Amino acid sequence: MATAKDIAAQEFSSIVQSHRPQIFRFLLASTRDYDLAETLTQECFLKAHRNWSGFRGDSSAMTWLMRIAINLQKDHWRNRRMQFWRLTQTNSVELDEAGEWLPSGERSAEQKLLAREQVAHVWQAVKGLSERQRTVFLLRYVEEQELSEIARATGLSEGTVKAHLSRALAKVRTELRGNQ
Amino acid sequence: MSFKAEYGDKTERGHEQAELEVQEAALKQVLGDFRMSVHAWSDSAYSRPRQVLKAARHRVWQRTAGWALVCVLMVGGVSGGLFERQHKQQLARIEAARQAEQLRLAAEQRAREEEELLAKVDSDVSREVPAAMEPLATLMDEDEAR
Repeated sequence: MATAKDIAAQEFSSIVQSHRPQIFRFLLASTRDYDLAETLTQECFLKAHRNWSGFRGDSSAMTWLMRIAINLQKDHWRNRRMQFWRLTQTNSVELDEAGEWLPSGERSAEQKLLAREQVAHVWQAVKGLSERQRTVFLLRYVEEQELSEIARATGLSEGTVKAHLSRALAKVRTELRGNQ
Repeated sequence: MSFKAEYGDKTERGHEQAELEVQEAALKQVLGDFRMSVHAWSDSAYSRPRQVLKAARHRVWQRTAGWALVCVLMVGGVSGGLFERQHKQQLARIEAARQAEQLRLAAEQRAREEEELLAKVDSDVSREVPAAMEPLATLMDEDEAR
């Protein structure tokens, strides 16, 4: 007979399986660094596992995990800023490389090229966003989360989320307009 | 407002609205492409062979080597400073001893010179001072001669 502990372990295992790709995707888009995204994803689930018993289900598991991932990412950048010496070389991939991944669909070669260029411009704009703006932008337009979910995951009010999103979109628009 | 002006204004607003809608649709399309691009990129990265352990080990090694280097530099700096200080102190001691020796030699030299001078003065004085009745004896000799 399965104990409560076994059930909890099974539940957590299924949570990991279903949400790991999404957490990894968010961290990869935020950091543009494969290794760092993998490491932070592992840390996120390790932290989640440690605190799994304390998860009361007030929000969805995804929102809870995303909140942990956002905090880990924030801590990482803060620690990096305070490092005794900075590594001059980072593992971040170039923006062009990040923008290359575009499903071909039913488009002409010209349309594909144009789409790729525009995606590269969006990446350029994302690079120039503040940490909060980037997080909110990625959660809304990559993870397609609702404003209320984003607010819960980031710990901001919905009004603040809207403001960050509006500024981020304005920057994306400017970047796209400037390169038309 | 005339019908024409009103109609023209409405048409202009309609054009602006249509343009905005086109722009918004274009932005929506770009953001959709961006989302698909990130998803495709992430799916590909997620299924690639894992190198986390190697990377982590590499980072740990780098960090350890970095700290070891910092420790070596700090220890080197501190011990170098101490050695320099000790060396300076030793040089100062040697210099002080040399100066003291020079002073001692100079004092000895001075004492010897003074002694020699006194001896010379003594000998000179003993030669210059006449015998107790020598002047009178000279006068007496002169008188007898006269």
